[in-house]
Amino acid sequence: MKYLGLIWSNLKRRKLRTTLTVLSIFVAFLLFAFLFAIKEAFTAGVRIADADRLIVRHKVSLIQTLPVSYTQRIANIPGIEAVTHMTWFGGIYQEPKNFFASMPVLPENFFDLYPEYSLPAEATVLWAKTRNGAIIGRVLADRFKWKVGDRIPLTSPIWGEPKGATAWEFEVCGIFDTTKKGADTSGLYFRYDFFDEARERGKGEVGWFTVRAHDAKDAAAVAEKIDAEFANSPYETKAEPEGAFAAGFAQQVGDIGAIMVAVLSAVFFTILLVAGNTMSQSVRERTEELGVLKAMGFSNGLILVLVLAESCVIAVLGGVAGLALAWGILQAGNPAPALLPVFYVPNQALTTGAVLVIALGIVVGALPALAAMRLRTAEALRRNG
Amino acid sequence: MTPLVQIKDVTKTFHRGSEDVHVLAGLDLTVAKGEFLALMGPSGSGKSTLLNLIGGLDRPTKGSVSIGDERVDQLSDRALAAWRARHVGFVFQFYNLMPVLNAQRNVELPLLLTHLGKKERREHAETALKVVGLSHRLKHYPRTLSGGEQQRVGIARAIVTDPTILLCDEPTGDLDRKSGDEILTLLQTLNQDQGKTIIMVTHDPHASARASRIVHLDKGQLSTAQPA
Amino acid sequence: MNWLSQIFAIAAFNLRSIPERKGAALSATVGIAGVAAVLVGVLAIAQGFRRSMTASGTPDTAIILRAGADSEMTSSLSRDEIRLISDAPGIARDTSGAMASAELFVIIDLPKRSTGTSANVPLRGVGSAAFEVRGDITMVQGRRFELGRNEVIVGAGAARAFAGLDVGQRIKIGMNTWDIVGTFTAGGGLAESEIWTDAAVLQPAYNRPEGCQSVYAKLTSPEAYDAFKDALTTNPQLKVKVGRLSEHYAEQSTATTDFITTIGVFIASMMALGALFGALNTMYGAVAARTREIATLRALGFGSGPVIISVLTESLVLALIGGLVGAGLAYAAFDGYQAATMNFQTFSQVTFAFAVTAPLVFTAVIGAAALGLIGGLLPAFRAARMPIAAALRESA
Repeated sequence: MKYLGLIWSNLKRRKLRTTLTVLSIFVAFLLFAFLFAIKEAFTAGVRIADADRLIVRHKVSLIQTLPVSYTQRIANIPGIEAVTHMTWFGGIYQEPKNFFASMPVLPENFFDLYPEYSLPAEATVLWAKTRNGAIIGRVLADRFKWKVGDRIPLTSPIWGEPKGATAWEFEVCGIFDTTKKGADTSGLYFRYDFFDEARERGKGEVGWFTVRAHDAKDAAAVAEKIDAEFANSPYETKAEPEGAFAAGFAQQVGDIGAIMVAVLSAVFFTILLVAGNTMSQSVRERTEELGVLKAMGFSNGLILVLVLAESCVIAVLGGVAGLALAWGILQAGNPAPALLPVFYVPNQALTTGAVLVIALGIVVGALPALAAMRLRTAEALRRNG
Repeated sequence: MTPLVQIKDVTKTFHRGSEDVHVLAGLDLTVAKGEFLALMGPSGSGKSTLLNLIGGLDRPTKGSVSIGDERVDQLSDRALAAWRARHVGFVFQFYNLMPVLNAQRNVELPLLLTHLGKKERREHAETALKVVGLSHRLKHYPRTLSGGEQQRVGIARAIVTDPTILLCDEPTGDLDRKSGDEILTLLQTLNQDQGKTIIMVTHDPHASARASRIVHLDKGQLSTAQPA
Repeated sequence: MNWLSQIFAIAAFNLRSIPERKGAALSATVGIAGVAAVLVGVLAIAQGFRRSMTASGTPDTAIILRAGADSEMTSSLSRDEIRLISDAPGIARDTSGAMASAELFVIIDLPKRSTGTSANVPLRGVGSAAFEVRGDITMVQGRRFELGRNEVIVGAGAARAFAGLDVGQRIKIGMNTWDIVGTFTAGGGLAESEIWTDAAVLQPAYNRPEGCQSVYAKLTSPEAYDAFKDALTTNPQLKVKVGRLSEHYAEQSTATTDFITTIGVFIASMMALGALFGALNTMYGAVAARTREIATLRALGFGSGPVIISVLTESLVLALIGGLVGAGLAYAAFDGYQAATMNFQTFSQVTFAFAVTAPLVFTAVIGAAALGLIGGLLPAFRAARMPIAAALRESA
């Protein structure tokens, strides 16, 4: 609107000071977005979990294996639409710090249970034909620049050496992507039949089952039925909805949410003080000019709005830039795939951030704006009178 | 001549600490439309205070201030602001221009309070600056203008809304003789050729000599003198 | 006046005028205090975690795993191998025989007290010599488990963090039930996050009738380690990996410690950047507010060197106050705070306490001082280079 020119000119009054204030707000919101992304990295699993998907694992702990024969027994339980299994392979590529998740799966129905992943048709065909074939996620492919046809050797401290070789060698048959934001594409999946034949120990054992219930509403009931089926056997199970499973996992790392809130509170409190001080100073320097504006007929209300608008412009410039940069950096690619396989700025962070930007602008400008509004014109024009 | 400004029995008291200072006491003054009035008096006599009351920048402790048909002392703050925007133009001793705006945009400032569009605001400002003889300095910032030029911008700003009265507080106080004379000539022109009502506070007899009427203020009371 | 007294004079003058500019000074100080507090707080997590992991690694204790295993969970040793290891030279011996404990490490699922969600809790089956080998296990409640019985003792950290681990309670694992008969401490070390029982009773419960995953051995002296290691690695009947317990612990904690430290440093760096801008703002403001004063001093004959140093001094003092306050706050709020997190490398919970150590506080204060110096540098130069005449005319 028409006052924008005046507001902008006032901000240019002390360019250095305005720039520094904008920069500190920029940094605060950059941090805000990154922290949100880190929190999302830990909790994305919970959010994207399908309501009708269950994870069935050994009751005592996830690291205990279950018999592969359970597959058919679970499939026979009423209310269940599909069953597949996965096992933690723990493969190491060259050295431990290159770590990524690797698992033997059932190619024939893996994608039925995980429809959020998509694989090109020719890759599916190739995988079915290649005994030691593997499919890798987009993030993994980008990380090591792997393509279809590449051979990847892995060692597995857990499962030892495969029959007749010192390392497990896999051939990349395809790269899978996802349309669901937050889904993990940093893993490698290979064929269970190859795995079971080549492994020297633990034959017939699998890590856990992923089960889809006919109806999400029945998920809890189905879980109970599964556990009942295997109760009092040498391998008791614990079945739970995928969301609960993921939540438990995130909780194991710690209360990330609380830590983040604490850090961000400290950051914002500090920024508030710094920016607030700048605004107050800037208004105090302009007492006379504000008096002149009032003499000209600018009403008290208008003066209040002009000062608030100034602080909001500073907040918006810094805040939006900070949010945008963080979003942009992570959108371009995951800079730390080893540390955080899923790393992006969730939309919620952007909307919350935008609200906070405006709130910051208003809070920072409130006291100076009120002071400006309440200036007694005659006193402000102190050289007059 | 029709009375434009009517001040009746006005008292203004300031509280300084525990004391009460009566800057104006039971003052009466009438200013006619088209007059060029000079308010003179020693320092502390209350002339600036009186100017502030006329301009609606302050309210009297007692008494009434009328401009035209409006009882200015009775308007609310918000109404006063709107009234000032429409009816008053101020010229200050130290020009009080916004250092961050150039001459043209300084003059446009009061127009932001009107409903005029961008183009019209620019045209009005250019016209006002032409009247004060500064068409060649439109885009200059105050720091690149001399004292006299800055004051002329101040006058342009004061007349751009075509106000009912022009209030000048020591307009030549910070200028050298030559520049000061130019300003006074300008004010006289505005008064004689365009019929602007001007009330000017000054302590300089050269300035007051240009006015059509002089009143003296001393210790809050008026005494009138005919122009020399 | 010589240089030094000039500096003192101006600096004292500057510092005395700080109360007039409370708002600006406060905002710079608070900004830096915030950075210090966050840095100390987050790094205290990394320190506490590492301390928990390494507290009980003594240089005369060795851990033996299968060659190629990167943790106990992926290792396995047969009964014969265990016997060969126990006979190696260098192992301390007491009346009951070699001070070597063959151990089994598994994970069980227990709810965290704080959230009620499940967590991977380590359950360790130990040999009869385990207490002598470790040397720092002290029972604080109840008694040790009896060999051959379904009894467990719980580490103090685990008892604090997980539900259902009080003395007298029972835990059910698979088809077996175990009695909790005591709680122990281990000098703040890793064992306090674990539940211990007799390996001989754990083996059948986990279908491992013979064999374990690791052997912990106490050596006659730290110097005996090399001979001990050589004897084992050159033996053709053994395929093992030998390490000092202290190094093993350090190595097992690297991934998680590095992770926390990386994130902590990232956060603190960004905050430091923000605080730097705030400090620069304050100092530029301080210099601008005193343009005329500084110019007057220079007109009177004070050199620009002392002017620069005095501005830097002011900035430094504010920053140091901020750093100390922030670190102090962090210490008061965080030191000793009990927490638990998952060690990625062993996939199990480790309980620890936030550790605000002296080096950490020192680092934070140094960092704050650096911020103060950087924040004051440019404004200081500006103050010294202003043309005096123009500055004298400028209004405050």
